[in-house]
Amino acid sequence: MEYTLLILLLPMLSFLGIGLMGRKLSHRAAGITGTLVLTVVTLLSYLTALDYFTTQKVNGAWQAIQPYNITWLNVGERLHIDLGILLDPISVMMLVVISTVSFMVHIYSLGYMKGEKGFQRYYSFLSLFTFSMMGLVLSTNIFQMYIFWELVGVSSYLLIGFYYTKPEAVAASKKAFIVTRFADLFFLIGILLLSFFTQTFDFEAIMGGDGSILSSALGTTFLGASALTWAMALIFIGAAGKSAMFPLHIWLPDAMEGPTPVSALIHAATMVVAGVFLVARLFPIYIGFTPEVLQGIAYVGAFTALFSAIIAVVQTDIKRVLAFSTISQIGFMMVALGVSTSMKLTPEDHGGLGYMASMFHLFTHAMFKSLLFLGAGSIIHAIHSNDMKDMGGLRKHMPITHVTFLIACLAIAGIPPLSGFVSKDEIVTAAYQFSTGMGIWMTVTAGFTAFYMFRLYFRIFWGKEYRGEVKPKESPRSMTYPLIFLALITLLGGFIPFGQFVTADGVPYTIQLNSTVAIISVVVALVGIGLATLLYRKEEKRASWLPSRSSGLYKAAYNRFYIDEAYLFVTKKIIFNNISRPLAWFDRHVIDGAMNGLAWITNRASDAIKGFQSGSLQWYAWVFLLGTLLITLFAILL
Amino acid sequence: MENFSNFLTMREELSLVVLIVFLLLYDLIAGKRGMRYFQPVAIGLLALHTLITLIPRAEVSAFGGMYTHLPMAGVVKSILNLATLIIFLQAKELFSSSKQRQRRGEYYFLTLVTLLGMYFMVSSGHFLLFFIGLEMASIPLSTLVAMDRRCKKSAEAGAKYILLAAFSSGILLFGISYLYGTTGTLYFADMPPLISANALQIMGFVFFSAGLFFKLSFVPFHLWAGDVYEGAPTNVTSYLSVVSKGAAAFALVVLLFKVFGNLIVQWQGILYAIIILTITVGNLFAIRQDNMKRFLAFSSISQAGYIALGMMGGTALGMNMLVYYLFVYLFSNLAAFGVVISIENKTGKLNISDYNGLYSTNPKLSIVMMLAMFSLGGIPPFAGFFSKFFIFSAAVEQGFYVLVLIAALNTVISLYYYLKVVKAMFLNHSDNPIPTLRTEGYNRVSLVLCTVGILVTGIVSLFVESISAFGFGVQ
Repeated sequence: MEYTLLILLLPMLSFLGIGLMGRKLSHRAAGITGTLVLTVVTLLSYLTALDYFTTQKVNGAWQAIQPYNITWLNVGERLHIDLGILLDPISVMMLVVISTVSFMVHIYSLGYMKGEKGFQRYYSFLSLFTFSMMGLVLSTNIFQMYIFWELVGVSSYLLIGFYYTKPEAVAASKKAFIVTRFADLFFLIGILLLSFFTQTFDFEAIMGGDGSILSSALGTTFLGASALTWAMALIFIGAAGKSAMFPLHIWLPDAMEGPTPVSALIHAATMVVAGVFLVARLFPIYIGFTPEVLQGIAYVGAFTALFSAIIAVVQTDIKRVLAFSTISQIGFMMVALGVSTSMKLTPEDHGGLGYMASMFHLFTHAMFKSLLFLGAGSIIHAIHSNDMKDMGGLRKHMPITHVTFLIACLAIAGIPPLSGFVSKDEIVTAAYQFSTGMGIWMTVTAGFTAFYMFRLYFRIFWGKEYRGEVKPKESPRSMTYPLIFLALITLLGGFIPFGQFVTADGVPYTIQLNSTVAIISVVVALVGIGLATLLYRKEEKRASWLPSRSSGLYKAAYNRFYIDEAYLFVTKKIIFNNISRPLAWFDRHVIDGAMNGLAWITNRASDAIKGFQSGSLQWYAWVFLLGTLLITLFAILL
Repeated sequence: MENFSNFLTMREELSLVVLIVFLLLYDLIAGKRGMRYFQPVAIGLLALHTLITLIPRAEVSAFGGMYTHLPMAGVVKSILNLATLIIFLQAKELFSSSKQRQRRGEYYFLTLVTLLGMYFMVSSGHFLLFFIGLEMASIPLSTLVAMDRRCKKSAEAGAKYILLAAFSSGILLFGISYLYGTTGTLYFADMPPLISANALQIMGFVFFSAGLFFKLSFVPFHLWAGDVYEGAPTNVTSYLSVVSKGAAAFALVVLLFKVFGNLIVQWQGILYAIIILTITVGNLFAIRQDNMKRFLAFSSISQAGYIALGMMGGTALGMNMLVYYLFVYLFSNLAAFGVVISIENKTGKLNISDYNGLYSTNPKLSIVMMLAMFSLGGIPPFAGFFSKFFIFSAAVEQGFYVLVLIAALNTVISLYYYLKVVKAMFLNHSDNPIPTLRTEGYNRVSLVLCTVGILVTGIVSLFVESISAFGFGVQ
């Protein structure tokens, strides 16, 4: 299957081609080139999936294969860095997800970005992103993954800041870059630790065999935990940064300043689930050696899921509602991974159910969430506003957007038989297996999800009559066709026998719905939807019930529980004030002051060397000597 | 006659001396017409000389051990040559005014003499030869710093540099005298067995190293750097920050490994503290600079801290990665300086805030600057990332987890100010941006060289692998 190399090369070439040609290319040519390349890449990805899932089953389990691998760098005697392509069920599934959504976004952007300044730049960045994301999921070793991981971060930075004349967009792109880079730092340290003990970066070498490589790392302890535990926890921090887990989620809502199709591609379907993918990729280590970290992941995910669902309830910017919803749904996927207790998934042993559920939800969520974002984009395109307050009654003006949006809302709310219902149901089942508390927590979160989604839906499409200045009309076909296509997948995706393809140990499994959990979920979802209908279906008076009743909580949630303020407080008030300012003050007043003072005195004493800061020189020499003496003392005491 | 054939073992030095003498004569003899070709002649000959140093040869020692050639020193000399070559390419506009033009020859001559001094520093086998090399590298350098006669700041910087260099030489000599007093020898080869960790020897060692710490601008020996870097002509600043620093770093690592192996506990402790101080203080000061030259000065102080990480472990891997770091750092830093020089000479503007909106008028310069900043900040896939990563892994291999953690945290801080420059060029708006300018031809060649270096030296494994053949650990 050497042709998989083309999946990486083609978007790269398209990025270079469109990027280098720049403005010499017409808008039309750039858009069509990008889209055509993506068509080929999508077809190749589907072909890979077909090829893989028809040929690579050995002894009843899916095997990982490396159609391509070269040694790239030799570091030290045993450690080397490779570049290659790894195909296994999850990377093949990710190929399908990325190429499908990216393809849809390419088509959609032809309409959405029409006439924008920098259209060529936009398409070249899209290609760069697709290339990086594909490279990330196909990596054969953790170092290669890290490189693509950073490239993904860079392309996300470029795309969020696409409207670089808008200060908010610039600030948001910077915030996203810095927050995720901060998390990546921990990721890198984790990689270093892991590779130090295992002496390899290669996924198969680390996780294959009898696990003796990893056991050695368990022996070394630091601050009460083994080195391996530290490494895996640090790697998870990297994953949490990209996947916007609490408290590193703050960049994602702001990232909505980027063009909406970008939000659909990067901040809903692909890049933000890279963290989930990373945990899944290293799942055998987590489950086999550091189950305590895995449990931690479950708790972080669960907290994030409910926390951001609550915030989503009160946001008024439709893209921000979707952003918090994304954070919450990724929380679901993290929970599902975290509650797994073994690699096995058979009718007798359900320990690996969470893994399968997580990947399934990743797949379905990518489809319906990008549909929601593209739908939101279609609305924004029509009425030039992000704010719910400017909307209402749009269902008559934009029928296709309305119907597809509704389908996605039903899916995310968990109404059978839509795709979201099936995957979420598996997650909740796995959560109940883990503990009843976790199950109830996730059920409540699912209820919130249904409520905020339908609040969004009703306030956009129902409620008051539309009274804006711009006359809304349905978007062009380049935008509605992707909506329809994604809606179809959302409708039918639940019927994919997902367990046949993706399980933790590669052995196929037939999904069985747990009827008790399914009934509870549906009832909770219906309650959520019903409440939203009651409050937002008709007029606005009843809608103000929520803010007036619980004003403190409402305000806190509206302000996203002041997490951003807390960060600002720590950086601006504590770090800047208590460290940087005193240092600056010290430099300006004490050091500069001493020098200036000395210089002043010397100037008075001797006009001959006026203008020379000879005073400061004495200070320099004095520090030099003092430093030497102190270091001598220090070295003798050692 | 035997002693004369000994001279031939100093191949690199001889070749450089020939080059220097030739340029000196050319400067005297050539008329106005000939002077016009001075720069290309100097560059061409230096390139030729670089080819000579590139030829590898085995370890050899001459004059009874006074002079020792290590294969790795050959690599470092080539790196220094390459950096000097790039700096010469960037030098043309230094002499744009008519008064300056007369002293064109001096600039090249003095620079090459300091380079010769550095050669002796990295190839000496005896403390006296080492000291002579060090002095040869610093006294002409102070003249270079004061070269810009019209500018008071330059004169002030020159004075500061020469006085502090003299002070540091004094301290260094004082240290050498202690070492001699307690061991009775000044040969590198004879000293190690006689060194034990007694207080006098430690004192001698620390005083001696303080002289090198000064050249490397480690905190707290860095105070001169800000003023001197700002005052010196920009070309000389880049020479100070890359070539002078590189030579001192390599000389230090060789001495630590070859001569002071018995004091490893002491120097690891000292370096531990100094690395943390240097990286952190350099960073914290770099954050608040607006003048590009001062900014690069503090950035290079903090980079020196990362370079020193390679010494920590006392391993061959550490030394290899130190040299590789210098190699990568050369391209990144000189790219940044090349852009600064080009803009300074055409407009006289030197502040980061002057760079606002540079991308709209000078996209190519902005992109080179961006690559340089990314590489200095250690963003993959540019070369700076690899050198940082490798030097970190060399330290981690020896168990310095906390140190590497602190260093890695500092890269995040440094990212803030490196990106500040990128932000100024690409995102900030300016009503009065720097007009579109045409970079002088040789300087353009240098920028292309640096860009290729930034893009290629990390990804292509050839470089790190060929450097790795030569390193050695504590002996």
